[in-house]
Amino acid sequence: MLGRTLVAGFLTASASLAAAETPVLTVYAGDYFNSEWGPGPGIEKGFEARCGCDLVFKTGDLLPRLLLEGKRTEADVVIGLTSDLTRKARDSGLFAPHGRDTSALTLPVAWADDIFLPFNYAHTAFVYDNTRVESPPTSFQELLDAPDDLRLVIQDPRSSISGLALVLWVQAIYGDGAEAAWAKLAPKIVTVTKGWSESYGLFTDGEADMVLSYTTSPAYHILAEDDLTKSAAIFPEGHYFMVELVAKLASTDTPDLADQFMDYVLTEDFQAMIPTSNWSLPAALPREKWPEGFRELPMPDKVLFYDEDAAADLRDEAIEAWRSALSR
Amino acid sequence: MAQRAVALTGVSRLGPGLWAALVAALVIGPLGAVIWRAGGLGALGAPDLAALWFTLWQAAVSAAVSVALAIPVARALSRQRFPGRSALIALLGAPFILPVIVAVLGLLAVFGGNGLVNRLGGGLGLPRMDIYGYHGVILAHVFFNLPLATRLILQGWLAIPAERFRLAASLDAPVGRLLERPMLRRIAPGAFTVIFVICLTSFAVALTLGGGPRATTVELAIYQAFKFDFDLARAATLALVQLALGVAAALALLALSPPDGFGAGLDRLHQRWDGQGHAAKVGDFGWIALAALFLLTPLAMIVLAGLPGLFALPPEVWQAALRSLIVALGATALTLALALPLATRAGELAGLLGVAVSGLVLGTGLFLVVQPFVRPAEAALPVTLLVNALMALPFVLRILRPELDAARADFGQLAATLGITGWALWRIVLLPRLRRPLGFAAGLTAALSMGDLGVIALFADGDHATLPLQLYGLMGAYRMEAAQGAALLLLGLSLGLFWLLDRGGRADA
Repeated sequence: MLGRTLVAGFLTASASLAAAETPVLTVYAGDYFNSEWGPGPGIEKGFEARCGCDLVFKTGDLLPRLLLEGKRTEADVVIGLTSDLTRKARDSGLFAPHGRDTSALTLPVAWADDIFLPFNYAHTAFVYDNTRVESPPTSFQELLDAPDDLRLVIQDPRSSISGLALVLWVQAIYGDGAEAAWAKLAPKIVTVTKGWSESYGLFTDGEADMVLSYTTSPAYHILAEDDLTKSAAIFPEGHYFMVELVAKLASTDTPDLADQFMDYVLTEDFQAMIPTSNWSLPAALPREKWPEGFRELPMPDKVLFYDEDAAADLRDEAIEAWRSALSR
Repeated sequence: MAQRAVALTGVSRLGPGLWAALVAALVIGPLGAVIWRAGGLGALGAPDLAALWFTLWQAAVSAAVSVALAIPVARALSRQRFPGRSALIALLGAPFILPVIVAVLGLLAVFGGNGLVNRLGGGLGLPRMDIYGYHGVILAHVFFNLPLATRLILQGWLAIPAERFRLAASLDAPVGRLLERPMLRRIAPGAFTVIFVICLTSFAVALTLGGGPRATTVELAIYQAFKFDFDLARAATLALVQLALGVAAALALLALSPPDGFGAGLDRLHQRWDGQGHAAKVGDFGWIALAALFLLTPLAMIVLAGLPGLFALPPEVWQAALRSLIVALGATALTLALALPLATRAGELAGLLGVAVSGLVLGTGLFLVVQPFVRPAEAALPVTLLVNALMALPFVLRILRPELDAARADFGQLAATLGITGWALWRIVLLPRLRRPLGFAAGLTAALSMGDLGVIALFADGDHATLPLQLYGLMGAYRMEAAQGAALLLLGLSLGLFWLLDRGGRADA
C-alpha cells in the first residue's frame, strides 16, 4: 500500500517536473479547428517541432469567451477571429500588437493591421451544381434578374458570419439600391438558415440550386471527393472578401512563444497546410505554390471589402435592407 | 380529500419548497449574474416586439395543434391492441429527441421542394407544395412535439383505473363523458403548457422552415446579441422577457389544472370495451397510421441518408458517442433524483424555468458564476450534467406529477394509517406506482441529453466534444456524408437509450 502510494507520488512528481520543463502555449480556436480533419493537428505537430514546447488548442466559442474571461484568460494566442467582427475585439484592449512584417502577405487587399494577422481567406460566392444549373448567372445582376424558379439558400446575417458578409457584399455593389436588389432576390430565396452548415446541407440534399458559400468550396469536392460537379459562380461586380485572423493576447505569460507562433503562421510550412485542411486560401503563399485543384479554381478579378470601421457602421443598415425586403 | 391526503402524508411542507427554491435559484442566479455583469438591462426596439409577437403566436398555435392532434392518436393507442404497438409507441417518440439540424433535414427530405411529397405529387401532376412559411414552422413544431403530447396524454389514459372502464362497460355508460373528458381536462393543459414553453425558445427550426426573417424569434435576437454584438444587457433583457412568458404560462397552468377525481384502482391490466365497434376501429387505426406516416417517414429518410456514412465514421466520432452516452446516463440519474422531491405544484413551476430560459444566457451566467473559482474547462462535465438536468426537469415533472398526486391521493391515507412514512412510503407505496412514468421520464431525459448540443460551447476545451458537436463539426468541414452517418448513429443511440429505459415502465402499457 505504502509502496504503491510512493510510486504514484513519484510518477506525479516526475510528470509535473516534465510539465514544468516544457512550456505550454495555449491557443484558442474555433470548434472545427482541432478535429482530426481540421488544420489543428498539423499545425500542432509543425510548431512543436520548432518550439520545444507544448501547443494546446482549446476549441469553442472564441470572442464571447475571451470577452467574458477578460484579463484572466489562459489564452496566449487566438486563431480564427473573423474580419467583420474585429472592432469589438480591438476595443476590448485584450490584444497586443503582432509586430510582424506583413509584406509577405499575398492577400488580394492591402492589410496594415497592427493587431490582427491574417492566416487564410476566401470570398463569398454562390456555389451550384453544374449538372443541374445549366446556364448559371454570370454576374450579380444576372442573378437578380434570373427567373424566380432558381432556388437559392442563404445564411442569416444576424447569426452567421457568411450571412453578414453577404449583406455587406450586396451593400458594396448596390449601395442605396441594396433593398431593391434584395427585393428582386427575395422570391428566389427558398430559405435562410442559422449557419453555413445548414445551408450547405440543404444544397447537397438537392433542396436548393445555389447556396451562399465560398469561392473555395468546389476545391473540397474536387480534391476530397473527385467530384467535379460543384462550381462557384464568378461575378464581374466583385466578391466580398472574408479573412480569418490570429492575434496575441496582451496578458500572455509566454510572450516569446506567442511571438514565435505568429512567425510560424507566416511560414510556408504553415501556409501550405491551410488549403486542404481549412478549405480556404493561404494568406501568405503565392498562387503558384497552392496545391493542384486550388490553383485552377476560378477567382474573382475584383474583390470587395469594408474595413472593420466601415463594416461596423454599415452593418445595421445592410441587415435592415435585407430584413425589410425579405419580410414582405 | 385529495388535499388532506397530501397534508397527512407528504414530506414535510418545507422540503419540496426548498427544492423548488434551489432549482429556481439555479436558473435565476446565472441570469442575475449576466445582468450584473452587463451592468443593467437594455432597451428593446420595434423588431424585437415583432419577434416577440411571432414567438408568442407560433408557440401557441404549435402547442394547440400538437395537443389537438395528439388526443385522437393517444385515444386510439390506448384502446386498440395490435402487434408492434409498443415498438410503435417507442418509435413515435423519436422526433422529440432529435437534434434540430437532423430533424430539419429529415423533414425537408419529405416535405421540401425536392422532397418525397413533391416528387410523388409531381409524378401525379399536382402543383408543387411550398413548405417554407408560417405553416412550415407549425408543421415542424408539430413534428417535434406531437410525440410528446401523445405520450403525455396516453399516460393520462393509462392512469384511469381499469375498474372504471369495467364499471362503465357494465353500466353501458358513456366512457367519453365520464372518464375521458375529465382526464383530458386534467392532462391536456399541462401538455399544452410544456409544448408552448418549448416553442418559445425555438430558433433554427422556426427560421429555416419559416423561410426567412419574418420567422424571427426572441431566441434568435438573444443569439445575435450574445454572439455578434456581445451586448449582454440586451441578451439578458430578451432572456428575461422569454422567461416571464414561460412563467406566465406555467402560472396559468397551475390555475387551470383541476385535481384528479378518479379515486384508487387495483392496478389491474387495462381491458377496454369501448371503441371496439367497426367504425371506431377504422377511425382509430386511421389516426395511428397518419401519425406514424407523418412522424416516421422523415426518420426513415434520415436512416437512408445516414447508412453510407455510418461505416466510414472517424474514430473521434465514436469517442464522442461514448462521451455523450455517459453524459446522458449521468444527467438521467441527476434529473430523477431532483425530480422526485420536486413533483409538486411549486416544484413544477420552478422546473419550467429550466426550458423557458435561453440556454445561451444560462450557459453564460453559469460561466460567470464558476469562473472565479475553477477553470471553466474543469467544470465542463458537472455543468453539462446540471444544464441537461435543468432542461429535462419540466418534462419529467409533467410526466411524474399527475401520477404522483394520484398515488398520494389514493393511498396516502392508508399509508398514514399504517404508519408508512419517509423512505418506506416511497419504496412501498409511491415508487412502484410510478414505474411507468419513471421509465418514460428516464428514457426521455437520456435521449434529450444525447441530442443536446450543449450550453457548454463556452466551457468546452475541445477534448470533450459530444456527438452532436461532432456532427456539426463534420458538416462545417463539408463532410456531409459522414455527418449524416453521425446523425444516424445519434438517432440510433438516443432511441436505444429511450427504448431501454422506457421499456421497464412500459411493460403493461
